[in-house]
Order: sequence, then C-alpha cells, then structure tokens
Amino acid sequence: MRESLSKTGILTREDLGESPGVPSEERMAKGPVAYIECMEEIPCNPCEFVCPNGAISVGKEIIDLPVLDENKCDGCGLCIPVCPGLAIFIVDKSYSEEEALIGFPYELLPLPEVGMNVYGVDRKGKAICKARVVKVQNPKRFDRTPVVYMAIPKAFALDVRNLRFMEEEE
Amino acid sequence: MIETEFAVVGAGPAGLSAALEAGRAGVKTLVIDENQASGGQLFKQIHKFFGSKEHWAGTRGIEIGNRLLMESEKAGVKVMLDTVAWGIFDGGKVLALKQNEGIRRVHAQNILLATGASENALAFPGWTLPGVLGAGAAQTLVNLHRVLPGMKVLMVGSGNVGLIVSYQLLQAGAKIVAVVEALPKIGGYGVHASKIRRMGVPILVSHTVKEAAGDGKVERAIVTQIDEQWHPVPGTEREFEVDTICMAVGLHPLAELAWIAGCQFAYIAELGGHVPLHGKNMETTIPGLYVAGDAAGIGEATAAMEEGRLVGVDVARRLGRLSDREAEMLVSEIESRIESIRSGPFGDMLREVKKKLIERRG
Repeated sequence: MRESLSKTGILTREDLGESPGVPSEERMAKGPVAYIECMEEIPCNPCEFVCPNGAISVGKEIIDLPVLDENKCDGCGLCIPVCPGLAIFIVDKSYSEEEALIGFPYELLPLPEVGMNVYGVDRKGKAICKARVVKVQNPKRFDRTPVVYMAIPKAFALDVRNLRFMEEEE
Repeated sequence: MIETEFAVVGAGPAGLSAALEAGRAGVKTLVIDENQASGGQLFKQIHKFFGSKEHWAGTRGIEIGNRLLMESEKAGVKVMLDTVAWGIFDGGKVLALKQNEGIRRVHAQNILLATGASENALAFPGWTLPGVLGAGAAQTLVNLHRVLPGMKVLMVGSGNVGLIVSYQLLQAGAKIVAVVEALPKIGGYGVHASKIRRMGVPILVSHTVKEAAGDGKVERAIVTQIDEQWHPVPGTEREFEVDTICMAVGLHPLAELAWIAGCQFAYIAELGGHVPLHGKNMETTIPGLYVAGDAAGIGEATAAMEEGRLVGVDVARRLGRLSDREAEMLVSEIESRIESIRSGPFGDMLREVKKKLIERRG
C-alpha cells in the first residue's frame, strides 16, 4: 500500500500521478472524464462491466488495477455508483472559463439540492473552496448511491472530492 | 427424532449457499438458526460488495441475502428459526436442538457447521462501562434494529470492519471522533479508509485506547500513541469526548459444536485462532461433518458462500444426486472463483494459510 494511503487514508497527487485510472490534463480540459482513484490490488471489477464504451479494463486477473482509456470515456459517470470503494469521480475542466465540474458519490441524507451553495471538501475532509451544486442523480439503477455534480474553481478540480453544507461544523 | 439427509447449522451466507446447492440437486435439507430471521450477517451489510461480476460485485449485502433466501426456498430447503443447536452426538450424526422450551433431535448423515464468528474484545481500564461495544454489535444495532448506539464514537481498529462500520455510523448521523489503529498501518482497504477520511474522520495509526472514563457510562476516551514494542509513548495522550467506544479488533471462529464432536483443531492466528482442520471439500476430521464460512477460519461473505457451495456439492455427490463428473465440474468452477477472491496482497496470505490447513487435514 502507498505510504500516505496506508498511514492516513489519503492518496496524494503524486500517488495519483501513477494511477492507470487517472486521465491526462489535456483530456480533462476537453470535457468530462472518469478519474479513478483505485490504487490497491483488490479483487473487484464491476467498473469494467458497467462502462458502455469499454473505456475501463481490469482484465482476467480481477485484482489488477482498472485502466482508463481516456479517449473512449465520454464522462457519462455510470461507473461512479457501481464502484464498491466509492473511488471513481468525474472531472471536467472545460465546464466554464473559471469553473470545473466534478462528480462524486454521495451516500448521505439529506441530499444537496441543485443550485445550493456548499463547500468543496478535499481528501482530508477539509473545506477548501466554495462550490455550487449543479446536478444530483439518484435513479433506481444507481442502487442508492446518489451522484452529485458541483461547479468549483478550476484550481481545485484535482482536490475536491466531497461536499459540506455551509451550516455544518468542521 | 427428525430425519433429514443434510442438516446445516447456521443460516448465514455459508449455510444458505450449502443448503441451496444441495437442495437444487434434490437433497432433503434442513437449516437450523438461533435467530428470528435467516441471512446471518448479510442483512446488516448495507454496503456494496467487492468482487467479480459472478460474485454479485457492486451488490449490497442485504440484496445478496434476499436472493439467497429466495433461491433456497425455490430449492425446497426447510429453515427452522429460533432454534439453538446446543449439542452434537453419535459421532457427529445427531444434533440436539432447543426450540421454545422443548428439546428436539435431528439425525442426518451429513451435517454442516456454518456457525460463523464472534467478535474479539479488548480489555482496558473502563472497558466494562456502558457505551463500550463491539463494532459488529454497533452495526447490528444501527442497520438491523435502527438504533444508533451513540452520537460521538471512537473506533478502535482499522480493519475493514472498523472502517465500514465507521462509515455506516456516519451515514446514520453519528460523529466518529477518530479511528485508532495499534499497528503502524491501516488494516483494511485503502478505499474504505479514503471514504471516511474525506468525511473528516482522522485515522491514527500506532495509537490505541488507553482508558474509558465516565460516571456510570462512557464520557471520555483517552488515546495514546504506542511505539514498536506496543508501549505507550509518554506525553502523547489525548482525550476525546465520546459516548461510545467501538472495538473492531478481529473475530474468532465459533466452532464449539466441532469441539464437542471431537474434530481436530489447529491454532492459526491468521484465521482468527482455533480452527477445525478441513479438507478441500470442507469436511472435518469426522466423516460427514463439514465446516464452512467464518467457523472454518475468518474470511468474508463472498468466500463463505463459495465454501458453502463446496459442501452442498460434496453432500449431493456423496448421496448420489450428482454424478462424480457433474460434481467435479461444479467444484472446479467454485474453486476458480475462490482462487480469484484470494489473490492480491490481501488474499495471498489467506490462500496460503488455508492451503496449510488443508494439508494438515491430509
């Protein structure tokens, strides 16, 4: 296991740079794409089967890490709720001039509402920027793992992975 | 005396899978469970399971439990609930049961003990105060009975149980003040750790709980850093205001019936302690008496289901309901699935240990 992950539960940007599931800067600048933070060899492969474009491959040895083909991925986000580790996100750096869009699994109640202003929270659980909820998906096929999309300042696109309501304490 | 061809003690993932496999082949099967509902621990597993597509990966434990129940009913399996199997006699062929206030006996040529596991405890000053409980117990309270044991929780242990139960307590509205882990690294899957970390839960490795304090109930937990020799490091004590301390410090097999029957055991720390020796077909050292699931060494539900299936197939073969060829085909499918679960850095150890256990059985 990676040093930081095994001591704190936090993947660093350096760790993620080595992940076969992380897309390139160029790809993220073009539009929504999956960002897979699965870096431990555990036997698991539902992401491979849910992808309608064949953009994620694990292969016969199901402990292998999921590999993203960033050109096949259209950022649909179906892989987000199917990952038992809640380790897949969507990043779109083309969302607007200043903002990036990120999508992430959110299994808590109450669900945020579209238009709500919240904090963007990083992998340590710290609020690092303001965020605006732009989409909340919770169809039956997601099996009670809702997916939230929010717009955040572009600079935080690789760090924000959760939200916190404004009135909530740290 | 109740007569059946195959009696299964424990209606959890291993027991139900065995019953299902045997029932499908036409074996007269009876499952006995002390609880009011079957499904074992599956019904408190509200998270999505890892695994391959064939293992129902991405499906929540509760759904897997529901499917097992439906399929075993379809296969004609009978389930006796609220019934405790408290003894085993006649060379492992007769089970003694307590049902309501009466005693009954079941005679079967083939018996499976799929009795699961029990949580380990950790003794520290104040550990008998109300508010100190097992993480599995907290999970049962919150997910089955919908009672939150407390609002401010310290979790002791960072294996998958500690991490998953922390997440589920957060979902239920509690605050986890910290997860402490005595070892210098997190025990469970990184993704489970990351999940609670980004919800703001600190995970403190090389730390343990030193004391629980409070007036008649837990009000504070004192946590300390420990060195490589497991000695507290002076000056590192920290106090947390909590009303609950959950212990997620491992499980041990519940195999008393196998002891009573006279099965040979081995002590294997990696499998949770004393484990009945078993063969590739999960048969103990007593012919016709099987073990599967956590009772055969602590693992997880997916592997327990596969071990159960091995037993179901073996019993059906032995009774002539499956030909040797049919049974062999099923067994090789099951074994390859077990192989894939027990691979990777987390699974390799378990595979090796299980192999040793089987070799010792001979």
